[in-house]
This record gives sequence, C-alpha cells and structure tokens, in this order.
Amino acid sequence: MNSIILQIAARHIKALLVLFAIIALLRGHNYPGGGFIGGLLAALSVIYYGFAFNAKQVRDKLKISPTTYIALGLSLVVLSFVPSILNQLELMQGVWLKVQIPILGELKLGTPLLFDIGVFLTVIGVTFLFFFSLTKVE
Amino acid sequence: MLNILLIYFFLSLLIFAVPSKVFKYKAIVLALVQLVIFVYFFTKIPIITDGETLISKISWIPELGLNLSFVLNGLSLAFALLITGIGSLVFIYAHAYMKSYANTDRFFFFLFLFSGAMLGLVLSENLIQLFIFWELTSFLSFLLIAFFHEKESARNAAFQSLFITGFGGLILLTGIILIGGVVQSYSLTEWINNADEIRSSAFYLPGLILILIGAFTKSAQFPFHFWLPGAMQAPTPVSSYLHSATMVKAGFFLLASLNPVLGGTVEWTYIIPLFGVITMLVGAYFAITQTDIKAILAYTTITALGILILLIGVDTKLSIKAAILFLFIHAFYKATLFMVAGLINKKTGTRELSKLGGLAHYMPITFVVALLALFSMAGLPPMLGFLGKELVYEANVQSPGIASLILILGVAANVLMIAVSLFFLKKVFLGKKGNYSKNPNEKGLFIVGPALLATLSLFFGLFPNILGNSIIEPAIQSIFLETYHIKLKLWHGFNKVFYLSLFTVALGTLLFYLIDKYPKLLENWRKINNKIFTIKFVDVFSNVMDNFIVFSKRNNRVIQHGYHRYYLLTIIVVTALLLWFQVFVTRGWELPAKLSFNPFYISGLIGIIMVSAIFSAISKSRIATIIAMGVAGYGISLIFLYYSAIDLAITQIIVETLTVVMFVIVLQKLPRFAKLSSKATKIRDLAIALVFGSVMTVLALKAIRLELNYPISDFFVENSYLKAYGKNVVNVILVDFRALDTLGEITVLTIAALGVFVLLKKKKV
Repeated sequence: MNSIILQIAARHIKALLVLFAIIALLRGHNYPGGGFIGGLLAALSVIYYGFAFNAKQVRDKLKISPTTYIALGLSLVVLSFVPSILNQLELMQGVWLKVQIPILGELKLGTPLLFDIGVFLTVIGVTFLFFFSLTKVE
Repeated sequence: MLNILLIYFFLSLLIFAVPSKVFKYKAIVLALVQLVIFVYFFTKIPIITDGETLISKISWIPELGLNLSFVLNGLSLAFALLITGIGSLVFIYAHAYMKSYANTDRFFFFLFLFSGAMLGLVLSENLIQLFIFWELTSFLSFLLIAFFHEKESARNAAFQSLFITGFGGLILLTGIILIGGVVQSYSLTEWINNADEIRSSAFYLPGLILILIGAFTKSAQFPFHFWLPGAMQAPTPVSSYLHSATMVKAGFFLLASLNPVLGGTVEWTYIIPLFGVITMLVGAYFAITQTDIKAILAYTTITALGILILLIGVDTKLSIKAAILFLFIHAFYKATLFMVAGLINKKTGTRELSKLGGLAHYMPITFVVALLALFSMAGLPPMLGFLGKELVYEANVQSPGIASLILILGVAANVLMIAVSLFFLKKVFLGKKGNYSKNPNEKGLFIVGPALLATLSLFFGLFPNILGNSIIEPAIQSIFLETYHIKLKLWHGFNKVFYLSLFTVALGTLLFYLIDKYPKLLENWRKINNKIFTIKFVDVFSNVMDNFIVFSKRNNRVIQHGYHRYYLLTIIVVTALLLWFQVFVTRGWELPAKLSFNPFYISGLIGIIMVSAIFSAISKSRIATIIAMGVAGYGISLIFLYYSAIDLAITQIIVETLTVVMFVIVLQKLPRFAKLSSKATKIRDLAIALVFGSVMTVLALKAIRLELNYPISDFFVENSYLKAYGKNVVNVILVDFRALDTLGEITVLTIAALGVFVLLKKKKV
C-alpha cells in the first residue's frame, strides 16, 4: 500500500501505541488493561505500521525475532514462579516487595507483574508470528 | 535439598552465558561445584549414621498427593555421594577429553543437568516426582548418547536407549499409580508404613511386574540389555558416568528403596533373581568375545548390573549388604576403566584390542591405575572387589530357594570376568607394541579421576570398615528399617567361600591362558556365537519399531485424515450430542421463569449481531463477509461493555481489529470466490450449526437458573485487593488466582502460532 497519509500517520502512531500498550500493561493490576491487552496493542502498532508500508520492512527493522519474544515471555512466566518456591510458599503464590518511594508513596512490586510482562511478550511474539507467517516474511 | 537441585538447573543455564573463548575452564568450575555439593553431602554423614533421616517437603497440590518432597536417608546419601563425587571427577576428565570437539557448551549443559536429574531421582520421596526425574535422566542420556549426531550409529543408539528407557519409565509410572491407588498416596514413607496392606492387595503382583519392567529397562536387564552397549556411542566421559554412578544404577536404586515395600515375597525372590542371573551370564559371556575395549567394558557393566539385581532379589540381609558394597566397587572400577579406555583411544587413535598392546611402557601411571581397577573387577585381593566377590558368594551360598543354581551360575560369570580382566590387561598394556601413528603419552588431566578412584578401590580394600561404617551401614539400615551393624574384613579365613574363590580364580586364569595362547579359540568362539545367536536383540527391536510405524501410519490414514473441515465437524457434532444428552436426559429440561427484552437497545444489538452473522454466512462477497463478522464481533464487545466487563470488551475490540487486518492481508492472495459446496453439504452444515447453536442457547438459559450457594466470583471480589493487592479483579484472576490457566493459555497460543508458522512456511523445493 502506498498512501502517504497512512504512512506518516503510522510512523507517529506507532510510538504512541507502544507507549499506550506499556501503560495498559502496567496499570493492569488495578485498572482495565494487563499483559494480554497490552501485548495485543503493542503488536497492533507494529502490524499497523507494516500495513502502511510493507511487512518486509517491518521485519528488517525488528531486531528480535517473534520466536525470541515468545521464548522470553514464557521464560519470564516460569521465572515468576521461582520466588514462591524459594520462599517456601505454594507454587505460583504471589510474592510482593513493597518499596517506599519518598513522594509517590508505596510501590508494590510482585511476581504477578513479572508474570504479566511474560504474558505481554508472549502475546506480542505470537501475534507477530501470525502476521509474518501470513505475509510470508521470514 | 531443593536448593541443591536448583543450583544444578540454574548453573546449567549459565554455561551458555559465558563464551567458551573467554573462559576455557568451565568444566573445572562445574567439577568444583560438584565437589562442593559432594562435601555438603559428606558433612551429613554423621547425622545419617546416627540413624536420622532428613526430609524436606514443599506442598504443591496436596489434594492430589503431589508434593515436592525430598528425603536424605542412608541409601540416598550413598547414591548422592557417588553421583557428585564421581561426577566431579568426570567433569575434570571431560575438560581434558572434550577439548578438541565443537559444541562443548551443549555437552556440559546436558551432562551437568543430567547430574542434577540423577541427584533429584535419588533424593525424591514422592514417587511421581521420582518418575519425573527418572524420565529426565532418560531424555538427557538420549541427548548425550546422540552428542556426535552426525554419525548414524550414534543417532540409532540414542533412539534405542530413549525408546527402551522411556517406554520403561511409562510402565513404571503405571506401576506407581497402581500401587499408589492401594494406599492413596505416592509418598514412599506412606508406602513403607502400609507395606503389609500393599503386599496383600490384589494389585501387588501387577504393580510389582510393572515396576520391575521399569527398573529392568533402566538397569539394562535381559532382555532389554542391548541398549547399553549401543550407548557407548556417547563421548567417553558420558559412558564412564552412565555406567558407574548414574543412569543404569537408577533401576537398582528404585528396587533397593522399594525393597521394604514390595520385597520379602515369593514373587520378589523368584522373578528378580531369575532375570538378574540371566543378565549376569549374558553380559559376561559376550564380554569375552568383544574386540572393542569400550564394548568389553559395556558388557561387563551388564554383568555387574545382573549381580546387583540378583542380590537385591535374593533379599536376605547378607545379599543386600553385598549389593550395596558391590555398588561402590563397581562404580569405582567401572568409572576408572572407562576413563582409561577413553584416554587410550585419545592417545592411540584406536579402541580395537588387536591394534593395541605394549602401552605399559608409554603410559606407566595409566597401567598401574588400570591394573588396580582390573584386579578389582576380577575380584582379586587386596582390592575392594575381592571383598565384594567374597560377600556375593557368601550371600549366594546362604540364599534360600534356588541357591545352588545361582551359585553355579555366579561362579561361571566370575570365571569369565577374571578371564576378561586378565585378557584386557594383557592385550592392551603388555605384549608387542601396537602400530600407533605417534608415541602415546599420558599428558593432561585425564589421569586424575581414574587414579583417585583406583586408589580408593585399594584403600577401601585394605580398610573396608571406613567405607562400611560411614556409608554402607546407614544405606543398609534404610532398607532394613532397623539398626544393623556390619563388619567388613578382607580375610575371612579358610572357609567354603574362600575355596570357592580360589577355584574361580584358578578356572579364570586357565581360561585366560587358553584364549591368550590359542587366538584361534576366541575367533572360533566368535564364529560359533554368530551362528548360534542369529537373533540379535537390536535387530528384533528395530523390526518391531518399523512394523509399529507401518501400523500407526495405517491407523493415521483413517483417524488423522488431514481434512480440517472433518476434524471440526467431528468435534462440533460430538460436543453437541454430549451436551444435549447431559441437558435433556440427565438434568431434565425446564423453561426459565421469565425472559424479557429489556433494555431494548441490548435486544436491538443482539438483533444486529444475529443479522450480521446470518449475512456473513450467506454473502457472496468476501469483503462483505469480513465486515459482517466484524460487526458481530464489535456488537459482542458492546454487550460486554454494557455489563461492565471492560477488560473483556477491550480485548474483544482489539482482537476484532487484528482479525480484520489479518483477513485483509490474506484477502489479496486468495483465489476468486467460487461456490464449491453442493446443496446436500450445505443442508448438512446448516443442520449441524442449528443443533450446536441451540445447545449453546439452552445451556445459557439453564445457567441463569443454576443457583450455587457460594458463587466463586464472591471469593475473587473479596480477596482480590486484600490478598493479591489488585483492584482489577479480572486481571488478578488472570495473573494470580488462575495463573496456571493463563500459563496453559499462552502455551496453547504459542503452539498455535508455531503451527501457523510451519503451515505457511514457504516450501523449499
């Protein structure tokens, strides 16, 4: 497709969508969003870009292959179970770390967040793999 | 103890993180790690000799009896020391041995993980967990045997060992489940506590047979013995580790630790010794006619395994004592001899007996080391092996039942072993110098491990009680479940056993003299063997496998026909019928009290969805179909939104968008739209669609009337913030309460994506 309007729009929207996806991922625990939605959004941004230009160009720009995303994501998910084992809790039970930040207040970091990031990466990888397979880009 | 295993699993991943070019001593570091773990277990000896047992348990799914539980008793301590101690020496040896090969990172990864899996196996208290480690060792040994995968023989041998040990593992699992069903537990402690109940139950014999098949496949017992000689295709460090301290000893370990549960019955004392005796003889008989030094050692391992299994089957106090002692003897000399064989192969470039000779001159240290180890193998004084053989004889003399037969066959096997040992020594180290391209030397770290182990064989032969009181005694106690003191000594006085020993040595030396003096004899022996034993187990095995593949191909042509539409049809029709049956016949049908169309805009929305769904089915344009499906999808997400399932709505919208984009991409590549279905097919599809749709409708209507006492959603709402610190209940369910489900889902997604990837990949012609 060769629409200049679409191409320029895609170029700018891409960054915004990725940012939005990350926000969706991070706020997911308390407000609508989460790894699955975030992952789909992030993948959508790139696919949209590929739609405006072509898939080959996107694949060339993408430094990490879809399967690596999937591998990273699944590994993170499995890794997020380790703290529960080390703390002698039940497997997959959430482990939380509370960090006090001077002005912003208390920040709670937990293994579910790690899990969600794993889901995020897996979903991105899976969607990419669909996209590149369909467009026949290796 | 879990932490130790985690060290193995994490460190093995780190192997890849450090490039080999930068750091050349990875194997040495891994050897040190093994040494540290060895020391850790070593420090536990005083606790264990006091009769204590260390147990650590982590609940996983206690409702199903699935827990991570580890136990350190005398028996597992003995094995743990062997695995880590010999493991450490094997890594030092491998450092020298693997220098000239590529992909050493992969090799050390497999080998280190293998040590971890083996350690996990011997420390497992839960039998399901033991099975998992059991299969892990099978799988890793497959990868290790196939390390030189460019050789076809290595690939075949690896497949063979995987099929046999993996198959045995599955049968073992069946046995464990069968016995576990009797006492409603998979914990070894529970089994031991309820041993009488198990032994008197109707499932005892079937369970025992299944478990025995598992143990026999792993420990290379006849008729499964043939995978072990094949496994010598692995790099030598692997062979020396598999044969001495790990893998093949797993079957023995299993029977030893299950002895208090399953042992002491007629079945146990007849079935096991029978197979043990046959294996022992088969191994010794074939060892003597081999020409490859590694093959000779592999067959002598089969003999040793036969002896071990025989002793555990005879099931007297004396025989179990002999078994545990023999376990150590064999581990020491077999690891030594394999390492020596690998060294010889490296330095001379051959493993053929006929090409070797006169090495004592070039490799004096190796010669001494091999001499000690071979003496131990032959059971000659003053080595630990002598002590072991005496004990084995004593156990056989006193064994109940078929004692005399076992004794005669045992003597026969030992005669052969003595002849083999002497023959090996003579052919490799003495006599004329073989034809080598360069003069062999013994530089490098090769000799460290074998030298240490051979020295230990000698040292423990002279001072057997050091080993006996600290390690063997607790190991025996954890099998007998009572205190039992042993006293080992090299010299037993002139008794029946000693004369028997003397007789064996004389006969063995005579046999050695004959085959050495008249080389024709051995050659003819080989020829006769080939004539008599026309059936080769390896061939039978590959025949069975080939036929099995043909059989399953034929089956698959019917069941797995490859038509996607018929798969879908099958799934939908079966699901619909089962649900109909459940809803109408089992539960009975009643109409909900009242149905309303309020609010009107939702009813309207549903109307739109229905219309667009019907339209997408009958439309003749692809674009129109895609748009209509999009309308249906967005309509559904609006409904989600109305009922404040906002996460669902967002997901649905994005998925719809993605679907449309993907469709548009594919659209350009499709052929022209054509009507290919006949009228009959269409009517059939319509009927199926109506049946399935109405089932779903009925289900939805019924779901309204289901009144559960405690809806699960209340639990989620109540605990979401308090326990999981999240205000978004949907997300908390996904990442915390039901994390296992999500893990399953993303795994399925991955598999689907890989499937699409493979299907659409450009075919290379």
